[in-house]
Amino acid sequence: MLSYILRRLLYTIPIALGVTIFVFALIHLSGDPINAVVAPDATAETVEKLRKDYGFDKPLPLQYLLWLSKAVQGDFGQSIVNSRPVLGTLLQAVPNTLMLATCATFIGFALGAFLGGLAGYYQGSIVDKLATGFGIAGVSVPHYWLGMVLVIIFAVELQMLPATGMGPGGSSSWRWDWLHIKHLILPAVTLSVIPCGIITRTVRATVAEILSQEFVQALRAKGLMHGQVMRHVIRNSAPTVLAVMGLQLGYLLGGSILVETVFNWPGTGYLLNDAIFRRDIPMLQGTILLLAMFFVVLNLLVDILQTWIDPRMRRS
Amino acid sequence: MSSRIRWLGQSIASGLFAALVTAAPAIPQAQAQGNLRIGMTANDVPMTWGQPDNGFEGYRTPGLMLYDALINFDLTSAEKPSGLIPGLAESWEVSKTEPTKWTFKLRKGVTFHDGSDFNADAVLFNMERLFNDKSPQYSARMVSLTNFRLPAYKSVKKIDDYTVEFETKAADAFWPFQICYVLLASPKQWEATGKDWAKFADKPAGTGPWKLTALKARELAEFVPNKEHWDKARIPKLDKITLIPMPDPSARTAALLSGQVDWIEAPSPDAMKKIKSSGFEIVSNIYPHIWSWHLSRVDGSPWNDIRVRKAANLAIDRKGIIELLGGYGVEASGHVVKADPWYGAPTFDLKTDIEAAKKLLADAGYGASKPVKIKMLISASGSGQMLPLQMNEYIQQNLKAVGIEVEYEVVEWQALLDLWRAGGKSPQIKGAHGVNISYTTQDPYSSFHRFLRSDLHAPAGVNFGFYNDPEMDKLLAAAQTAFDAKELNSALAKVHTKMVDDALFVWVVHDVAPRAMSKKVKGFVQSRNWFQSLSSVSMDK
Repeated sequence: MLSYILRRLLYTIPIALGVTIFVFALIHLSGDPINAVVAPDATAETVEKLRKDYGFDKPLPLQYLLWLSKAVQGDFGQSIVNSRPVLGTLLQAVPNTLMLATCATFIGFALGAFLGGLAGYYQGSIVDKLATGFGIAGVSVPHYWLGMVLVIIFAVELQMLPATGMGPGGSSSWRWDWLHIKHLILPAVTLSVIPCGIITRTVRATVAEILSQEFVQALRAKGLMHGQVMRHVIRNSAPTVLAVMGLQLGYLLGGSILVETVFNWPGTGYLLNDAIFRRDIPMLQGTILLLAMFFVVLNLLVDILQTWIDPRMRRS
Repeated sequence: MSSRIRWLGQSIASGLFAALVTAAPAIPQAQAQGNLRIGMTANDVPMTWGQPDNGFEGYRTPGLMLYDALINFDLTSAEKPSGLIPGLAESWEVSKTEPTKWTFKLRKGVTFHDGSDFNADAVLFNMERLFNDKSPQYSARMVSLTNFRLPAYKSVKKIDDYTVEFETKAADAFWPFQICYVLLASPKQWEATGKDWAKFADKPAGTGPWKLTALKARELAEFVPNKEHWDKARIPKLDKITLIPMPDPSARTAALLSGQVDWIEAPSPDAMKKIKSSGFEIVSNIYPHIWSWHLSRVDGSPWNDIRVRKAANLAIDRKGIIELLGGYGVEASGHVVKADPWYGAPTFDLKTDIEAAKKLLADAGYGASKPVKIKMLISASGSGQMLPLQMNEYIQQNLKAVGIEVEYEVVEWQALLDLWRAGGKSPQIKGAHGVNISYTTQDPYSSFHRFLRSDLHAPAGVNFGFYNDPEMDKLLAAAQTAFDAKELNSALAKVHTKMVDDALFVWVVHDVAPRAMSKKVKGFVQSRNWFQSLSSVSMDK
C-alpha cells in the first residue's frame, strides 16, 4: 500500500509540470501579458520600460524556468496587479473554497444518496421517475442561473438570507454562528446541485444493479430483515459512490468560479476569475497549480479510501 | 414492511436536513448609524497605496477618499462642470518667460494620517515614485497605472519647504489637469511599513478626508473620517464607509434590494424599474463620458468620406438607445455635452434624419445595390461600455435602414484594448474600420489630443484611426499653449467644433452614471465628474 501511495505521489510531479507549462503557454497565446498591466493608452516607451521591470522581456522558456525555480522553493511570486504575495493570497482563499465545496458536497451527497437510493429501490415507479428527473435537472441546470434565482427568491423577495459575501466582517471574521452560516447556505445549495444530480444517478444505477445480484436474493432467502439487506447493498455500492463523490469534490474545488463570483465568495474561484480577466500570470499559475494538486490528491485519497472499504480492490 | 418504512423515514430525515437549515428564521442584521455600505463594480478593492487601479472608480473610491492631489477637481456642484480647485497646492502659476516651468505653492499645516508633515519633500518623494526608477520608492505598478496620464512631465525640484517647481517637456497648458492624477502618500509611513508598497497598502497614510481602518482583499475596505482634514468643509459626516467589491451587476442589485448594501454603482438598466419600485432612489447626472465609435481613417476605410460619417451619425435613433438603457443617458450632440465649456458652436446637428442620411450616402455613390460595408470591433462587456452588445445591435439595425451594413467582430474587453492600442493599420485588427470604446472627456488631453494629434498615431499613442489633419493639429497646439482658463476653453471649443462638423466619430450617448441607493442616504451631490465626494453624505435613522 505504501509503495502504491508513493508511486501515485511521484506521478503528481509530471502532472504539476504539465499543468504549469500548459497554463503558461495558454496565457501567452491569449495576448501580451504586459497589456494587462499597463493602461490602454500608455506610451510605447512606458510599455517597454514596464516590460523590462516585470521581466516580460526575457525569452518565454527563461521566464518559465525562473518562475519554476522559485515555485519549487515555495515562492510563487507576487501578483502583477497588486504586488501581494501569491502564496499568501492563495492561503487566504483556499479555506473559503474548501468550506464551500465541502458543504456543497455534503448536501449533494446526502440528497443524492437519498434520492438515488429511493430511485434504485423503487425502480420503474413514480418515485424513481421523480428522483431521476431531479437528478437530470441537477446536472442540466446552469449554476449561474440557479444561483441568481435563489438569490431573487431568498434574498430579495423573502429577505431570509443574504445575497453575497461571507459575513458582515468578511472571511477573516468567520464564525460558525447563524449570522455567518446564513451567508454559506445559498452558495452551498447552488453548488451542490450538480454533484447531487450525478450522485443521484450513480446511486440509482448502483443500487439497482446490486439489488439484482444473487447474493441479495440469498440474504433475503436467509430471512434477513430489510434493513440488514440494505446495509449490505449500501456497503457494496459505497466504493463507486465514494469515487464519484471524491471527483465531485475535486470539481467543486476548481469549478466554482461562477458560483463564487455570483455570491462574491472570496475563494479560489473568485481569485481565478479575477486573475483571468486581469491576466495576472503569477496568480493564475499559482492558483491553477494548487487546484490541479487538489484534484490529484483527492483522487489519491479516494483510491485509498476505496481500497480500505473494499478489500477486493486491494487484492486486485 | 415496517423496516422498509423505518429506512425510508431515516432517509427522509437526513435528506431534509438542508431544507430545514434553509427554512430557519433569519436574524435581522444590525446596522450602525452613519455606516454607508457601497457595492462597487470592481473585482477587488482598488489599490490603496496611492495610485489606484480599476480606472476612475479606483480614484473615486478609495483613491480620493484617502488622498489629495496638489490640484483637485471641484466636486461640490451638480449643476456646473467641475473645474480645478486648489488641493495640497494653494496656488500654481506658469512662468511667463519660460512656459515649461510651473511654480506650485504648497499648503502649510497639512499632516498625513500618520501625523507626519506634508511638504515639498513629500511631493518630490511621490514624483520619484513614478518617474525615477533609481529611487527606492519607485513602483513599476504605480507607473503603469499613472504615467500615461502625465505625458507633459519632465522634472520637479524643490524651491523651499513649501514651494516646488515642475518642468514640462514642452509648454503645456494641460499640466494642472494632469497633476490631478498624482495622489500624495506619506513618505514616513512608507518607511514605517518597511519600504514596501504592498504593506503600505494595508496601512496607508494620505491627507484625504477618510482613513482606512480595515482592508480585506476582494472582500471589503472600511474607512472612518479624518477629523483633522485641512479642508473643514470636506470633513465627513458619516461614522464609517464600507466598500464592497461586487463585479456582477445582478449580485450588486440583489445586495441592494436585500439590504446588504445601501448604495450600488452602475445598476444594470433592466433592474432600474425594480429598484425604484422597491423604494430605492436612482441618482444620476451628466458627466464627462461619451459612448461612441472611433473610426479608422486608413486607406480604404469607408469612413474617409465625410458623407458616410455624417450619414451614420444621422441614422442613429439615440432616443431608442436611451430607452434601452432604462432611460439613463443623454443623446450625444458631440464628443462633449452642450453644457460643456469646450462644446463650441458646431453646425452639424446630430439628430435622427433617415432621409438626409440616405441622401448623403446616395451622393457618395452608395445605394440599395451598393451598400456601405463596415466592420467594427466591439466587446461584450467592459469598463464604461454600458450595454455594448445590445446597443451595437440596435445601431446595426439603424444603419442598415439607411444602407450601411455593419459586421461586428466581438472580442473580450482586454483584447479589444490591445487591438485599440495596436491601431487601425495593424494586421491584428484584420481590416476592421473602427472600434467601440467609451471615452472619458474629463481633461483636454484625454478628450481630444490623444485621438486627434497626428504625432500620436498608434503605437506612439491612441490615435487609433490614423487621423491626420494639419488644420486640426494647429488648433490642438493652440489649445495646449492657452494658459489662461478662458483662452483654453475657447481654444478647445474650436477643436470640438471642427471635430463635430467633420463628424470624426460616430457619437451615440453620454453616460449619466446612475447609482442606486437607499432613501436613508442623504446629502449626496453627484457632481459632473468621474470623481465624487462622500464628505457631505449622511444616513438617516
